[in-house]
Amino acid sequence: MTPEVAHACFTQLTRIRRFEEACAQCYAEGRIRGFLHLSIGEEAIAVGAMRALTPADAVVATYREHGHALARGLSMRSVMAEMFGKKAGCARGRGGSMHLFDAATRFYGGNAIVAGHLPLAVGLALADHRLARDVVTACFFGEGAVAEGEFHEALNLAALWRLPVLFLCENNRYAMGTALERSEAETDLTKKAASYRVPAQQVDGMNVEAVADAVAEAAGHARAGRGPWFLELLTYRFRAHSMFDAELYRSKEEVKAWTARCPVATFRERAKAAGALTDDDVAKVEAAVRAEVADAIAFADAAEVEPVAELTWAVTRREVAP
Amino acid sequence: MKTTYREALRVAHREALAKDPRVFLMGEDVGRYGGAYAVSRGLYDEFGPERVRDTPLSESAFVGAGIGAALGGLRPIVEVMTVNFSLLAADQLVNTAAALLHMSGGQFNVPLVVRMATGAGRQLAAQHSHSLEHWYAHVPGLRVVAPATLEDARGMLWTALQDPDPVLMFENALLYNLEGELADDAGPVDLDRARVRRAGTDVSLLCWGGNLYKTLDAAARLEREGVSAEVVDLRSLRPLDEATFLASVRKTRRAVVVDEAWRTGSLAGEVMARIIEGAFWDLDAPPARVCSVEVPIPYAQAQEQAALPQPEGIVAAALKVVRGG
Repeated sequence: MTPEVAHACFTQLTRIRRFEEACAQCYAEGRIRGFLHLSIGEEAIAVGAMRALTPADAVVATYREHGHALARGLSMRSVMAEMFGKKAGCARGRGGSMHLFDAATRFYGGNAIVAGHLPLAVGLALADHRLARDVVTACFFGEGAVAEGEFHEALNLAALWRLPVLFLCENNRYAMGTALERSEAETDLTKKAASYRVPAQQVDGMNVEAVADAVAEAAGHARAGRGPWFLELLTYRFRAHSMFDAELYRSKEEVKAWTARCPVATFRERAKAAGALTDDDVAKVEAAVRAEVADAIAFADAAEVEPVAELTWAVTRREVAP
Repeated sequence: MKTTYREALRVAHREALAKDPRVFLMGEDVGRYGGAYAVSRGLYDEFGPERVRDTPLSESAFVGAGIGAALGGLRPIVEVMTVNFSLLAADQLVNTAAALLHMSGGQFNVPLVVRMATGAGRQLAAQHSHSLEHWYAHVPGLRVVAPATLEDARGMLWTALQDPDPVLMFENALLYNLEGELADDAGPVDLDRARVRRAGTDVSLLCWGGNLYKTLDAAARLEREGVSAEVVDLRSLRPLDEATFLASVRKTRRAVVVDEAWRTGSLAGEVMARIIEGAFWDLDAPPARVCSVEVPIPYAQAQEQAALPQPEGIVAAALKVVRGG
């Protein structure tokens, strides 16, 4: 691990962690409303995966996507402004936490129907394939999506047409409160992907380097025209499913065991042990991220809401108002 | 030239595929089989499997893939075999295609055309006889059109492909064999306006799609009764061309709306509401509706026909509106 890589990864991990901690605080204060799904504990996936993608690649994510958006390159200001429902937000305040979008970085949401976005990812890859663009589409979804028909339809279609889609399954063990073994007769998700002739492997989703390496290999395969790839990224959500969750479905011991594998802390210690990150670096990153988060909140706070007069703007591109 | 609705649609597809390399057609059996209703017959050989693309039976996946392909810069025409099967892709159409542009703050529009057959009348029973175009016409972000004539079958597709937003095109399955004359130079038509298909003075009969011919039949029968009926083909179900049909109603002062869907929650109800909102003081009688009987459409021919709007029913409704009682 080089100091540059260590610094970059640690910075992104810390940005996501501190951003979401701040979001939870703002939510408690009533400044963020609606649903708020935090990815705390799962940051290594977004950070590792984005390292393996190019700016021309497409990203399609779920409603637990703050980390993906930040790691992809959306500004923290635009994401926080979106959480605050402001016009300066990356979706004009129309989407909120669950619907972050950014055309400039090919970030196609922020999709909140479980598995509904997998077909869209296949279509993006179909366009790239037909237009002979050397890019891949990275599609993130939770293990709960595997129970939906779209998962099976989309994997089959991508495999049948050999499209460059990376199916990145963030297995945090619970679909809301339903454990995988309580919803799937076959809990080895790689077997399901393999049944569609999609190469599939399990990866330690708590480890940035492992994720980055696996996604890079998958992307290389897809870029070479050999079709889609499936990764089951094993991870854990440290916080509640959303902001209202009594967590009756999992034990404190289990949470504690996973928390000990915190992707931010373990990366920091690994990087320090490898001599790629110093205590001084850590302190500087923490300070810089603290300042960035404070700036994002101040920006979002001060930003204007979209005027009600613009409510019906862009319902269709053809007609501004109905 | 003499042609059919099916052939007019096929010519429209051929033109679109030839003129714009971004255009492609996909759906169940659109390729080698030639299309469930034979609309695309021959196009697979002409344009190849990449541009006339057979899909697995997975409506949600291939409609969603159409959305993604549109976002990625292509101009997909997705054929969903029938509206009945579109329910398996309703999530894609309602939650994504319709919502994406607004939800993304104006960043991502979806230039997608989805075609599907609709309607009953061929003894296909309850799961293959729906008329649900109004479900989609309910949703902001979608455009919904219903070509009823050879000109529209020939001309709506290209215009729909130029639209930056998703367009759903409903083709009544009874129309594919419709024969008639089409001008040699027939080309793209507008998607915006309703059309007066028959001028009259005593009552406006508003309809679309397959019901146009039953309604024209009713108008001919009404003429024999001494009633001059104007027939308006709505063509666009979302947005509705209120100006055209209200002008007709203001002129005749009476309206009957014909709709193959069930009455409760139907588009006929919406059209009638607009008439009441926009032309109440011009009316000489309460408007009426002719819709399907509220029953799952049965197989047996007599029962099926009894369930659907028929010229006799349209005539009876019109006479009641005109003569009272």
